[in-house]
Amino acid sequence: MAFTLYSLIQTAILCTNAIAVLHEERFLSKIGWAADQGIGGFGDEPGVKAQLLNLIRSVRTVMRVPLIIVNSVCIVLLLLFG
Amino acid sequence: MDFSAHSGFRQRKLPPKMRMRTTSTDSTEPSPLFEDTSAGPGAAGYGRGQDKGPAGYPAQTLLSDPMSNLAMAYGSSLASQGKEMVDKNLDRFIPISKLKYYFAVDTIYVGKKLGLLVFPYMHENWEVSYQQDTPVAPRFDINAPDLYIPVMGFITYVLVAGLALGTQNRFTPESLGMQASSALVWLIIEVLATLLSLYLITVNTDLTTIDLVAFSGYKYVGMIVGVVAGLLFGRTGYYLSLLWCCVSIFVFMIRTLRLKILSEAAAEGVLVRGAKNQLRMYLTMSIAAAQPIFMYWLTFHLVR
Repeated sequence: MAFTLYSLIQTAILCTNAIAVLHEERFLSKIGWAADQGIGGFGDEPGVKAQLLNLIRSVRTVMRVPLIIVNSVCIVLLLLFG
Repeated sequence: MDFSAHSGFRQRKLPPKMRMRTTSTDSTEPSPLFEDTSAGPGAAGYGRGQDKGPAGYPAQTLLSDPMSNLAMAYGSSLASQGKEMVDKNLDRFIPISKLKYYFAVDTIYVGKKLGLLVFPYMHENWEVSYQQDTPVAPRFDINAPDLYIPVMGFITYVLVAGLALGTQNRFTPESLGMQASSALVWLIIEVLATLLSLYLITVNTDLTTIDLVAFSGYKYVGMIVGVVAGLLFGRTGYYLSLLWCCVSIFVFMIRTLRLKILSEAAAEGVLVRGAKNQLRMYLTMSIAAAQPIFMYWLTFHLVR
């Protein structure tokens, strides 16, 4: 397996993009994964599913702007250098 | 002036300087991770042991001259200011003080830890000892994770991989870099996957990211043993030693992680019911099981 650090960066960008394009209303509510549905009370055991939904929502909120920048840089670099 | 007065003066002058230097280095860190052997009793012993008379004169005139005193004081204050600034700015990006803890090892610790990695079956007490709420430095506690063995193991693995490729006439300088970056990428992936699963299962541990890097880096020792055995004894030697090292690393990881991830009751052997502990047990098992898989994956192409 010939992995380079560059392929790791590519993988990270692709995965983050994949999480970022999951739309809240159109998709996540349809399958019951919206961020406000799963969380029960304020008990001490959030559970795996609630943590996952929390993670998806926070990744989408936090990484939106940096992803725009990183994707633009990637597009420009790939156009210039192939 | 008689010599005894001079020698008395010099003896009185040297120890306060020594004490000043050691206390200034001790005040920056709470407990010294490394012994300060720079100033040390060697200087005082040397001074006291030598002939005190003629050697004392020019040193005293130099030290007693007020201008040179001023210059020395100013120079040392400037140097310490610069050092503080560099340390403060560097500490913002790379937590150097935390990293220093992981490299506070000595030869005895490294030897014992390597033996523990290959033969963890006789060791009874796997708990990390604490000293007033901070973990003890690795040189005092064999159960504490360190970064010295993983870093050295990684470098040695890359070199041994180059050696193995060379004996099969498959060596090019680029392949060395490819081996290094492949192993590094798999390490990063493993640490990220462990972090993600620790987050999802809401485990309250004091395992830091660097701890996870250290634990994931311990498998390089087994990989090196396997590849060297494969070079010396052929494929059967490789498979046998790799099997031994895989089982040892599996047991080592389970016994170490059990105390950190599982809650107190389960760690003592009492089987606590509940989905929470079951999930944590599965997580420990899968982290431990991933080590042999990676060990085989990263070395099987080196031994033909």
